[in-house]
Amino acid sequence: MEALFFNVDNGFLEAIVRGYKAGILSPNQYSNLAQCETLEDFRTQLSATDYGNFLANEPLPISTSTIADKATGILVDQFSYIRNNAVQPLAKFLDYITYAYMIDNVVLLITGTLHERDTHELISRCHPLGIFDTMPALCVATNVEELYQSVLVETPLAPYFRDCLSATDLDDLNIEIIRNTVYKAYLEDFYSFCTTLGSPTSDVMHKILAFEADRRTVNITINSFGTELTKEQRAKLFPAIGRLWPEGNNQLARADDMDQVRQACEGVSEYRAFFNDSTSGQANGNGYDDHSTASHLEDRFFRTEVFLNKQAFLQQFQHGIFYSYIKLKEQEIRNLTWIAECIAQDAKDRIQDYIPIF
Amino acid sequence: MSGTGSRENVFATRMALTNTKLRLKGAQTGHSLLAKKRDALTTRFRAILRKVDEAKRKMGRVMQLASFSMAEVTYATGDIAYLVQEQAKQATFRVKAKQENVSGVVLPAFEVDRTVGSDFNLTGLGRGGQQIMKAKEVYAKAIETLVELASLQTAFTILDEVIRATNRRVNAIEHVIMPRLENTIKYIMSELDEMDREEFFRLKKVQGKKKRDTAARDAEKQAQADLESEADIQDGLTLAIKEADPPSEGTAATDLLSGKDEDIIF
Repeated sequence: MEALFFNVDNGFLEAIVRGYKAGILSPNQYSNLAQCETLEDFRTQLSATDYGNFLANEPLPISTSTIADKATGILVDQFSYIRNNAVQPLAKFLDYITYAYMIDNVVLLITGTLHERDTHELISRCHPLGIFDTMPALCVATNVEELYQSVLVETPLAPYFRDCLSATDLDDLNIEIIRNTVYKAYLEDFYSFCTTLGSPTSDVMHKILAFEADRRTVNITINSFGTELTKEQRAKLFPAIGRLWPEGNNQLARADDMDQVRQACEGVSEYRAFFNDSTSGQANGNGYDDHSTASHLEDRFFRTEVFLNKQAFLQQFQHGIFYSYIKLKEQEIRNLTWIAECIAQDAKDRIQDYIPIF
Repeated sequence: MSGTGSRENVFATRMALTNTKLRLKGAQTGHSLLAKKRDALTTRFRAILRKVDEAKRKMGRVMQLASFSMAEVTYATGDIAYLVQEQAKQATFRVKAKQENVSGVVLPAFEVDRTVGSDFNLTGLGRGGQQIMKAKEVYAKAIETLVELASLQTAFTILDEVIRATNRRVNAIEHVIMPRLENTIKYIMSELDEMDREEFFRLKKVQGKKKRDTAARDAEKQAQADLESEADIQDGLTLAIKEADPPSEGTAATDLLSGKDEDIIF
């Protein structure tokens, strides 16, 4: 039934997104970009792709951050076009995508407000996808309670913030905890929203969101080793979805080192592979190996994310492709920034470390 | 001899000679001491130069690594600059300055004092925290290299200046002060010799004069004595003549000398 009426409302937009997806850089284009000697060449190569002349008006010493900003700008334009043409429930779905960025922006503003920074300076640092109307008003708040009562209650983020109201003082540890608590609530809510959308969408999105949740769980565990974050606090930050939930999450909440993280992930065959060859270097067991293991892990998470998002395109008549397109595009921007960074810093040996999308 | 080259404006006295000789000795000691200092400093300078070279090369590598680790952070998490900037509350990396003494030259040496802080330990908790920690470590190492380089570089400039000054002093002593003192000594010596010779000549002259005077006096005395003895003989003769003859011319003359003229009032 879903397939029958999907095109009435969303057929146009799905076609648009599939068209956008065709513009994602191919391996051939990546290898061309990777061979550039200067950022000037890089720009010339990019102008032959769907990016076109997006860097044409930039003054000559192009910084990598400019490239990232401009590319993000293109993504935002595409997204807002889709959002403006969307009808419910796709519009709601697209709004959910922006919530993730809104959370980041809110946390950024809270951090800035605490240190009495200029609001305008802060707004310019916010992610453009997560900007909402009442955002500047956040700067007047001085504690979480006030923040919630005066501003956030108006925004769609209100239910997420309700969970962490107990944090009365906004010190920096708490801000990071608030961010992750809110994000956890957001993921769970998005997950349940996808369930309401029915079969093809929920199938695709559950896979992606479950992976996202697991990735956050593992990352939070690894990153909280050796910090003042207690295990109880850590356990509260884990999203209650994903393939590691609940058994793996419990193990991770108690984990003290990489080995225990690996054991916790043993239960899921896909994740088992992440830890496979990275353990060989761990024999010396010092902190530095943990770093390299973790960065391998991060890389593999990115790869898997790309893989899952790519799979979303195999299924028609569902909303997942909108989410997947945004994520793939983000990865592409990361890749571009990485290649540009490698070119700028003359580190050719690492230039192949980007994650090819198609 | 004493006219060539500069010399000090002193009176040529033995006192001045002793003084100048003492000063020359002092200058020589000072010269050798300064030369030793210069050699010590130069050795140190060369060592530092080598270290500076090494440190600079190392800095290039380390800084590259550091900025690359930053690129990794950007890749994994995006822009974290603001969060880190706001959450850093106290300096975890301090530089302490202490002083080191190299042959009398005070060189500042900088030391790294790291306290492991947990200011933004939780940044990137959800994503990329490991990369952030790694970047933090790498940057701390880079700053350590920079601090090391800074203390070397400061020592380098200070030593350079001191070596120049010492060199100037050594050369000044060697080529200006010592020749001048030597010239002064030569001058005083030659003046003193000159005075000696003059003195000797004068004494000789005086002696000669005295001799001549004595000789003259002796001759006069002799003449007197001769005259007196002659007169005695004459007297005897006159007496004999008087007895025989009326008084002669000679007696008349004697009378003129011995007796008083009545016409002469005084």
